[in-house]
Amino acid sequence: MKALRKFIDKQKPHFQKGGKFHWLESTFDGFETFLFVPNTVTTKGAHIRDSIDMKRTMIVVVLATLPALIFGMWNVGYQHFLSLGETTDFWQNIGYGALKVVPIIVVSYAVGLGIEFYFAQIKGHEINEGYLVTGMLIPLIVPPDIPLWILAVAVAFAVIFGKEVFGGTGMNVVNPALVARAFLFFAYPGDMSGDKVWIAEKADTFSGATPLGNALVGNFNHFHSFSDMFMGFIPGSVGETSTLMILIGAVILLYTGIASWRVMVSVFAGGLVMGLLFNWWGANEYMELPAYYHLVMGGFAFGAVFMATDPVTSAQTARGKYIYGFLVGVMAVLIRVFNPAYPEGMMLAILLMNVFAPLIDHYVIESNIKKRLKRLKVAVNS
Amino acid sequence: MSAETKEREPLFSAKNMKLVTKPLNMDNPITVQVLGICSALAVTAKLKPAIVMSISVMVVLAVSNVVVSLLRNGIPQRIRIIVQLVVIATMVILVDQVLKAFVYDISKQLSVFVGLIITNCILMGRLEAFAMGNKPWPAFLDGIGNALGYGLILVIIAFFRELLGSGTLFDYHVIPQAFYDFGYKNNGLMILPPMALITVGVIIWIQRNRNRDLIEK
Repeated sequence: MKALRKFIDKQKPHFQKGGKFHWLESTFDGFETFLFVPNTVTTKGAHIRDSIDMKRTMIVVVLATLPALIFGMWNVGYQHFLSLGETTDFWQNIGYGALKVVPIIVVSYAVGLGIEFYFAQIKGHEINEGYLVTGMLIPLIVPPDIPLWILAVAVAFAVIFGKEVFGGTGMNVVNPALVARAFLFFAYPGDMSGDKVWIAEKADTFSGATPLGNALVGNFNHFHSFSDMFMGFIPGSVGETSTLMILIGAVILLYTGIASWRVMVSVFAGGLVMGLLFNWWGANEYMELPAYYHLVMGGFAFGAVFMATDPVTSAQTARGKYIYGFLVGVMAVLIRVFNPAYPEGMMLAILLMNVFAPLIDHYVIESNIKKRLKRLKVAVNS
Repeated sequence: MSAETKEREPLFSAKNMKLVTKPLNMDNPITVQVLGICSALAVTAKLKPAIVMSISVMVVLAVSNVVVSLLRNGIPQRIRIIVQLVVIATMVILVDQVLKAFVYDISKQLSVFVGLIITNCILMGRLEAFAMGNKPWPAFLDGIGNALGYGLILVIIAFFRELLGSGTLFDYHVIPQAFYDFGYKNNGLMILPPMALITVGVIIWIQRNRNRDLIEK
C-alpha cells in the first residue's frame, strides 16, 4: 500500500498544471481517488463527515449486484446446456456463462467509462463515479446473446443522452441503465424481445419463452413453478432471473442504508395490490395468475431493488417515495397484463415514474407547507 | 426628398441577401427560433417526403409573405390573424392539390402534414414578424430564406434517420449487404419520432458549440 501511495505521489506533478500530462489531470485524479480516500479537508465551518463518499457508495452497490451476477452467469450456462439436452456440472455452467457475460461487462465499462473520461476531461471536471454502478447494471438487464456492437451503441447513447447532456452524475432525470435498455428494446427489438434471445445459443427445437412471454400468449400449461422463478432457474436477462439473489443484494443495500426501504417496499406493495386487483377482476387467464407470481417474474424484483431505488432519479421526499414506488409497481403489472406489445412493464414503469418523481416531490412539499401554515394560523389564533 | 437623391435599393443588395442567408444558420427557424418542430418530427423518416415538404413550405411561405406584405396597409389590426390564415389556407390547399395531382405517392406519405402546414408556426411567425412590416420583395426573400433554413434542417435529420433507420437514401440501399452479413442491423428507433427530436437536439448542440453567441445566458 505504502509503495503504491509513494508511486502515485511521485507521478502527481506530471499530471498537474504545468506537467507534461496535464491534459490527463481528470483521468489521473479519477484513478487516485479510486485507490485512496481523497485527502481534501474542509477548512471553513463545522462539518460532520463519515468515511463514505460517492466512490464507496457506488462500490457497495456493485457488491450488492454480485450475487445476482454470479448466479446469472451460472444460469446462462445452465439454460444453454438445458436447451441442448446435456447434463453438466456447476463449473461447466459457470464457465460457459462467464464466456458470455464477461465480454458484455467489459464492453459496457470500456465504452461507458471512455465517454465519461472524455467528457470530464474536456469539461475539466473530476470524473463522475456514477458510471461504476450503471456499467454493472447494464450487463445484468440485457439478454446473454446481445451482439456486443449493439450494446456499445446503446451504452454510448445512454451515457450521452441519458446523463451527460443533463450535466452528468446526479443531474440525470431518468436512470441511464434503463435508458440503455429502452434504447435496445426500441432500436433492435429482434435482439431484445421474443422467444429466441433469452437463452444463449439455444437449440432451435427448445422453447425459450420466459414466463412473461408465456403468460402474454396465454400459454399456462407448461408454466414455470413459483419456486423455479423465485430461485431463478428460468430464461431471462442475465441478472434478473433469481429473486433470491436479488434479495441478498437488497439486504446489503438496506443494511448499509444506501437504498431506500420505502421505495423497495412500496414497489412490491404496488405490484401486489395491482395483481390482487386483477385477480379479483379475473377477465382472462393472465389476470387470474396469482398476484405474488408477478413479483418473481421477469425483471420486477431487479427493478424494485436496483433500479427504482436509484437515489438520483427516484423521489426525494419520504412521502414522495411511497407514492413513487407504489406507482412503479402498479404501472409495471398494468403494462404487463394490458399491453400486448410489451411483455415486461418494469422498465417502462420506472422510466415513466422517474419523469414524474420531481412532480411528486413538488406536491408533497407544497402540501407540507400548507399543513404547517395552517398549524401556524391555529397557533396564532388561539 | 426628390427621386434623384434617393437611389433605389438594388434587388440583390447585401441587406436583402442577408434575409436569405441568415435563416440558414444564425437565425434558423428550427434550431434558433424553435418554430416548426412538429413537422420536423413527422415527415423526416425518409428523405423524399422531407424534401417535398420543404418545397411545399417554401412555396406557401414565399407567396403568402408577398400577399400579406401587399395587403399589410389595408389589414385592420384586430382581424389580421384571420386575414393571414385565409391567405395561408388558400396557398396550402393549392399546394396540396398540386401534390395530389403530380406526386400522388408522396402526397399520401405526407398525408395530413401538408394540410397542417397551415398550423406550422414558421408561417404565422414570419407573417407576423416580417411580412406585416416590410415591402413585398424583402418579404419574398425572407420567406425563401426561412423555408430554406427549415428545409436544410429537415434534410439533415431525414438523411440520418433514413440512413441509420432504413439503411437507404432516397429508397436506394446504400449500406452494402456485406455489413448485414456481419451482423449489422438497422436501428428501429431512428424511425420513431423521438429520435427526430434527439437529432434536432444534437444539431442545436453542434451549432451552438460553433457559434458561441447563440448560447442563451
